[in-house]
Amino acid sequence: MKQTPFERIMNGLFKENPTFVLMLGMCPTLATTTSAINGAGMGLSTTAVLVFSNLIISLLRKIIPDRVRIPGYIVVIASLVTIVQFLLQGFVPAINDSLGLYIPLIVVNCIILGRAESYASQNGPIMSAFDGIGMGLGFTMALTLLGAFREILGAGTVFGIAIPFMTQPATIFILAPGAFFVLACLTAIQNKIKNGKKKAGLPVKETAGCGDCATCGKAGCGGKFFDTTVESK
Amino acid sequence: MKELLLIAIGSAVVNNVILSQFLGLCPFLGVSKKVETAAGMGAAVIFVITVASLVTAILNNLILLPLNLTYLQTIVFILVIAGLVQFVEMFLKKAMPALYESLGVFLPLITTNCAVLGVALTNVQKSYDLLTSVVNGVGTAVGFTIAIVILAGIREQMEYNDVPESFQGMPIVLVTSGLMAIAFFGFSGVI
Repeated sequence: MKQTPFERIMNGLFKENPTFVLMLGMCPTLATTTSAINGAGMGLSTTAVLVFSNLIISLLRKIIPDRVRIPGYIVVIASLVTIVQFLLQGFVPAINDSLGLYIPLIVVNCIILGRAESYASQNGPIMSAFDGIGMGLGFTMALTLLGAFREILGAGTVFGIAIPFMTQPATIFILAPGAFFVLACLTAIQNKIKNGKKKAGLPVKETAGCGDCATCGKAGCGGKFFDTTVESK
Repeated sequence: MKELLLIAIGSAVVNNVILSQFLGLCPFLGVSKKVETAAGMGAAVIFVITVASLVTAILNNLILLPLNLTYLQTIVFILVIAGLVQFVEMFLKKAMPALYESLGVFLPLITTNCAVLGVALTNVQKSYDLLTSVVNGVGTAVGFTIAIVILAGIREQMEYNDVPESFQGMPIVLVTSGLMAIAFFGFSGVI
């Protein structure tokens, strides 16, 4: 399909949604979806980093030597994360406090390094930026939905507004175990859809799950930092 | 001494790095099919986190703090950790082939494991000194090993269970982790 900015955004939001379809970046997904507002905050911070890292890496793609590209990408991403952290500290301290450690940990989010390696390093800056917007919005949407879901079940509120008929919320859903249960249900639904497709004889795209480190976008976890295999390419 | 012990127990079981902080989920779910490999991964993580928290604490206390460069923490830490892991891998390959055989395959997987960076950043946020940082690092890594070995043990047994079709694979592992997280709540009264 021809790549247009609109197609890139739709691709990130639905077709290759980083959370629901690709299952990337599970650590922040589980940790920060205790409420809808936290999920949205984390999603938007990641989006900001993703858009600019894609843009900058795409602009630098012909300058960074292949051998040290991963350290190069990480420096770009880490600088952007530091900027975002300062902006959050300055303008929305409440979100910064509730996300805490997970803001600097955006650096090791598989989605960002994965998109840099698989998209931005091979495509032009404008398309890469739109790819970042699409992926980022897809991630934000997923985190906000999961956050809202857990907040409704666990606290009886959504975005801090009480829901009238939820009088006895199950607190466990906003605690750590609830995150695992919600994700378990999500992957079960995914399996259900995949199994249905298999039975109907439709092609099934294997997901690069974070549960499977080998496929987690080599750059993310399995790749070597200093790529020593470049010569053989 | 008592303080150090409390920090170690706190980071190992009470605030377990995986089950309550969700750091390092990737290897937790990916390398927990067999107890043996899980233990190997755990050993590699203990090794790397200990070295990494030592090195980052030294860098932070001796270079970044005196020069007022604390805003560079994230960048410096991730680069140092990633470089360090690869250096350790090369060193082991050359100097201790036996150890490399057993840990080598896991080392590259840990390069950008968020648990390693997470520990380094926690040490800084709580302004731990050198010794406390290392103790916190070891505690966290032991907590990781405990969790991954237990999960691997349960998964080995689960092979024989009749799991509903849609829940086969990752979902049932996540449910198991959730139940483990509930069990680990029991430790919150320890400290």
